[in-house]
Amino acid sequence: MSNEELESQWVLPAGLPKPIPSSEGLGKEFWAATLEHKLVIQRCADCRHWQWGPEIICRACGGEQLGYESVEPAGEIYSWQRCWYPVHPALKETVPYLVVMVELDSAPGVRLIGNLVGDGQQSLAVGDRVTALFEDHPGDEPYTLVQWQRV
Amino acid sequence: MAGRTIRGQVALVGIGETTYYKRGKSPDSEFKLCIDAIRNACADAGIDARDIDGFSSYSDDRNDAMRLSSALNLRELNYSVMQWGGGGGGVMAAIANGAAGILAGYCDTVVVHRALAQGQFGRFGQAQDTPVIPGEYGHVMPYGVMSAAQLFGFRIQRFMHEHGIGQEALRAIAMASYHHAQNNPRAVMHGKPLTEQMYDDSRYITEPLHLYDCCQENDGAAAVVLMSAERAAEITDRPVYLLGAAMGSAPQQGAEAGGISYHNAPDYPTANFKTLAPKAFAMAGIKPTDIDVVQSYENFTGGVMMAMIEHGLCSPEEANEFFVPENLIVGGKLPLNTSGGNLAECYMHGLELVVEGVRQLRGDSTSQVADPRHCLCIGGPLVGPVSTLILGSADTGPTTDGGVGA
Ligand SMILES: [Zn+2]
Repeated sequence: MSNEELESQWVLPAGLPKPIPSSEGLGKEFWAATLEHKLVIQRCADCRHWQWGPEIICRACGGEQLGYESVEPAGEIYSWQRCWYPVHPALKETVPYLVVMVELDSAPGVRLIGNLVGDGQQSLAVGDRVTALFEDHPGDEPYTLVQWQRV
Repeated sequence: MAGRTIRGQVALVGIGETTYYKRGKSPDSEFKLCIDAIRNACADAGIDARDIDGFSSYSDDRNDAMRLSSALNLRELNYSVMQWGGGGGGVMAAIANGAAGILAGYCDTVVVHRALAQGQFGRFGQAQDTPVIPGEYGHVMPYGVMSAAQLFGFRIQRFMHEHGIGQEALRAIAMASYHHAQNNPRAVMHGKPLTEQMYDDSRYITEPLHLYDCCQENDGAAAVVLMSAERAAEITDRPVYLLGAAMGSAPQQGAEAGGISYHNAPDYPTANFKTLAPKAFAMAGIKPTDIDVVQSYENFTGGVMMAMIEHGLCSPEEANEFFVPENLIVGGKLPLNTSGGNLAECYMHGLELVVEGVRQLRGDSTSQVADPRHCLCIGGPLVGPVSTLILGSADTGPTTDGGVGA
C-alpha cells in the first residue's frame, strides 16, 4: 500500500505528535511491538503483576525483574469521549472524533487509550466490545498507533 | 498523624486581589499583579509588607520568592515553599504549607500568592504543538487527547456511568457559580447570567463536558496573609482560623496527571480526595454536616461533584437530587462557590476561592451565607497531589481557657 493510501485510512489526520519512549526508555518495547502489529504490556517476573504505564520497578512488589508479555488485542470500552473542540490545528476538519479507553481482556485492569474507528457521531457505550487495529505511520522513523474497532 | 492538629493555631488575617481580567487582557505584567495582590493583602491585614518573612505558592508560580523578597524590601526571608504539581491541586496545600512554617517556628508572617498573566506567558491550558511526545503522554496525545478537559473527561464519564448521574448535576454546578457571580462586581461574568437553556444549547467541548462545564482562563493575582493565632489576636477582631487541612493522593493515581499510568489507577473514577477528606475533618474535629459553605476548585464541573461526594457532603446515589441549583445557591442546603469561582468570578487558579472563604467567615461576601462557622475549600479535583482546607470563623478559634472551640 502506498503511503497516501495508508494515510487515507488513519482515524485522525497527519500532524499530531509522534509517540516516543520516555527519556529513560520506558515504553520502548511497547512501540517496537506495535510496529509488528503486536500488543505487549509490562509484567513483573516475580509477582506476575501486569502494570501500565511502564515503570522502572514493579509497583506491586518492588521487584526489578520486569519484562513485556503479549496480550490479546481485544477488550471492552471502559470510558469514552466524543471530542468536539479541535485541541490541535490538525484536528480542525476532523471533529467530532471518538476517543475510547479500553480495558484489555487478557491483562485485567490494564487500560489503553485510542480512537474508535468509523463515524465520529456513531453511538457507543461503556461495555462495548472492541479489537485493536494497528495504524501504521511510515517515514524515516515509522511508528504504529493502536486504534480500536467494534466487534 | 493521629492527634496532631493545626486546628485553631494559625489565622488567615489578610486577603488581597487585583482586578480580574479576561485572558491576555491584563495591562500589567504578572510580577506587578503579584506585587499588587500582596500589597492589598497586607493592607487588609493592617501590616507593613516589609514584615512578611515567608512565601508559599503552588503550580510552578513564576513569581520567585527572592525577587519578591527584594522588590518588597523584606527585613528577612525565613521561609519559601512551593507545592509540587502543575495543576490547581496545590492551592489549599499552599495555605497549609504556609501555616506549617509558622507552627514549626521557621517564620512569622507568610504570604500565599498566585499570579497569572497569560498574555505575557502564553495560555496555561494550551496543548503543546510538538512533533514528538515522550513517555506517559505518548500513550495519550497522539490520539487527540491533549487538553485538560480530555485528560480528565474519561474519569467524569466513567463516574457518571457507574452511578447513573445525569447532565443536570453538572449543569447545576455551573448555574450556581454564574448565579453568585451576578452579585459580585469583581466577577468577570458579572452581568452575564447563565440559564439552563443557554447551558443546554452550548457546544460540547468533549462529551460529557459542555462549554460551561469548563473553567475560564484569566489574568490577575490573589494573596492571603497568614500568622499565628496569638499574633492575629493582636491585630484583628475577626481572624479566620485554619481548622483542618490535608494534601496528597490516594494510592497508585499515576505518575503524571492525565498520563497513561493515571488512566490505569486501580480506583479510577475518583477526584482523589478519598484519603484526604477524613484527615481534614478529623483534624478540624467536625463532620461533613457541620460545613456551612463550600468553595470548590472548578477545572470541570464533574470534578467538583466528585470531590464534594468524596468529602461526604452527599452520596453518589443522592447526586441527582442533591446537585440542583436551588441546593447550591445562598439560601439552599449547601451554597457552593459563592463568588462565582473559577467558572464565573475568575480563574485565579483557585486562590480566589480561599479569599472568598475568608469573606464568608467574616460576613463580607456579596452572596453572604447566614452566620457561617465552617467553610470547606477544595483544591484541584482529578489531579494529584490535591489538597483541602477547613476554615473556621472567629468563634471557632482558641478560647479564653486555652482550649479550642469546635
Ligand atoms: Zn511484582
